[in-house]
Amino acid sequence: MKIRNYWNLRDWGAGVWEKANRPKRIAIAIGSVILVGLLPFAGASFLATPIAAYDAVLVYPVGIFVLMALGLNIVVGKSGMLDLGYVAFFAIGAYTMALMGTHTGLNTWEIMPFGIGFAMLAGVLLGLPTLRLRGDYLAIVTLGFGEIVRLVVLNSTWSKGPNGIANIPMPPDIGPLKFKLDDQKVFFWVVVVMILLTIWMIRRLSVRRPGRAWEAIRQDEDAAELMGIATLKYKIWSFTLGAAVGGAAGVLYGSKNLFIAPEMFTLNVSILILSCVVFGGIGNIWGVIVGATILGYLPDRIRFISDARLLVFGTVLVVVMNFRPDGLLPRKKREKAIVKKGADA
Amino acid sequence: MRLEIKDLHVHYGKIEAIKGISVVVNEGEIVTLIGANGAGKTTTLKTISGLRKVTSGAIIFDGQDISNVPAHERVDLGISQAPEGRGIFPGMTVLENLEMGKFHRKNRKAEMSEDLDKVYTLFPRLKERISQAGGTLSGGEQQMLAIGRALMSRPKVLLLDEPSMGLAPQMIANIFRIITEINKQGVTILLVEQNAQQALQRAHRAYILETGNVVKEAKASDLLNDPAVREAYLGTGAHS
Repeated sequence: MKIRNYWNLRDWGAGVWEKANRPKRIAIAIGSVILVGLLPFAGASFLATPIAAYDAVLVYPVGIFVLMALGLNIVVGKSGMLDLGYVAFFAIGAYTMALMGTHTGLNTWEIMPFGIGFAMLAGVLLGLPTLRLRGDYLAIVTLGFGEIVRLVVLNSTWSKGPNGIANIPMPPDIGPLKFKLDDQKVFFWVVVVMILLTIWMIRRLSVRRPGRAWEAIRQDEDAAELMGIATLKYKIWSFTLGAAVGGAAGVLYGSKNLFIAPEMFTLNVSILILSCVVFGGIGNIWGVIVGATILGYLPDRIRFISDARLLVFGTVLVVVMNFRPDGLLPRKKREKAIVKKGADA
Repeated sequence: MRLEIKDLHVHYGKIEAIKGISVVVNEGEIVTLIGANGAGKTTTLKTISGLRKVTSGAIIFDGQDISNVPAHERVDLGISQAPEGRGIFPGMTVLENLEMGKFHRKNRKAEMSEDLDKVYTLFPRLKERISQAGGTLSGGEQQMLAIGRALMSRPKVLLLDEPSMGLAPQMIANIFRIITEINKQGVTILLVEQNAQQALQRAHRAYILETGNVVKEAKASDLLNDPAVREAYLGTGAHS
């Protein structure tokens, strides 16, 4: 327990931010974005990943993981619903990209709204009947939904079943910025922009009514309802926004990978993204970003030890969660709620 | 304003928890439901506030059957509940908890400071704890917060679920004194209690519940002196 006091990066960071005035804050924000933007150029340093191309690793898993973890954090961290089927929205985005990209002449940016839209639609359709459930029950239903989506694409002819869909078009160039297979800097920047948009959206919502409603629902759902909060509506909103981010990540993943198959959308992905959220600090977007970066990057960084890397990966998870049970950068302490056993659903 | 429950039946799965209860609460009254564990007191209250679904029967409030109105809309109608076990938001400060009580009010900004003052006048202790997290308050303070938060929505009828639960005797007396005070300010109160002694002293009328049925309805002062009631609920019958 004592270790926490020496390691309180969150309070240190929050302190710096609190003390800074507006120009200083803007400087910090722009500075960090530029630093992140320069990351792909650090390929020759100790950051370099053996075997896998460094700039590709930055896009997937790192960038996409961060994006998905931020989306899942809206559901799990902000409003306290355990979603074990988050991969479904990722898959819906990716398959939207694959099918529309190969069958229509639309490019990635034009498909993006469709991918987000279909994921949100799936979120509402799944949410309406299931978000009346709580806790473990919801976890099981979402887990089932994730598997259903995977099994449907695995067994359908339009999705080419287990063979997957190949020849997904790359995104069109943005002015002088060209998308290339062997140089994925531009793609990384696109993902960073999506991440920034997501952070902006979450921060906006958090300080407004939806954020307060989610917070109340997470801490005590019955009490929230008694406050006059339409809990089902806000839960569906949270679920749908999470789905939207997952769908966007899927579209990007599809057009980055150029090929997708059902085996890429297994339960493992949902669990891994959930691990990113918990590992980094559930409910705190900066923690989630750090968590997803580490968990996305680490397996590729230590790929040289081959099969043992998963052992190391697991050990890191176990050790860190023991020393920092609330994650690397936990949310503010007083926001932590004693989670009531919500078994009466 | 009148709250009337007509032949209410409520089920948990296949188990019938409420087997046809009828209760009337008139404007300005304190009415108490007393009874042992499992009598259906909390379920009745939860059904009135909408957290539990009605199997059959009616809940009539202000002349309108509200049994199919969702819980969050009943708050708009003027029904507010301080739930069992207090149900405060542990991670929010006292002030944030009170602000949540106004979440649904359309002109909440205009009303906020006035109603906060009202709550602080009733519970000066809350004002001292204004920026403390709800979860770190003592049991009595949490109960004050739960009642104060329920008042923030300017209810016509306040539902209180065992406000004395787990509190020290002095705090219980304090809470009940404030409940009477709230009632005098014009809020109708439906009080569920196991502490029958205190509840009967404060209430105008009382209903005694046993395993989902109303077994007795009378003026609270009459029940206080009823030998059968004294024996069963006040623990002073046989031995005194």
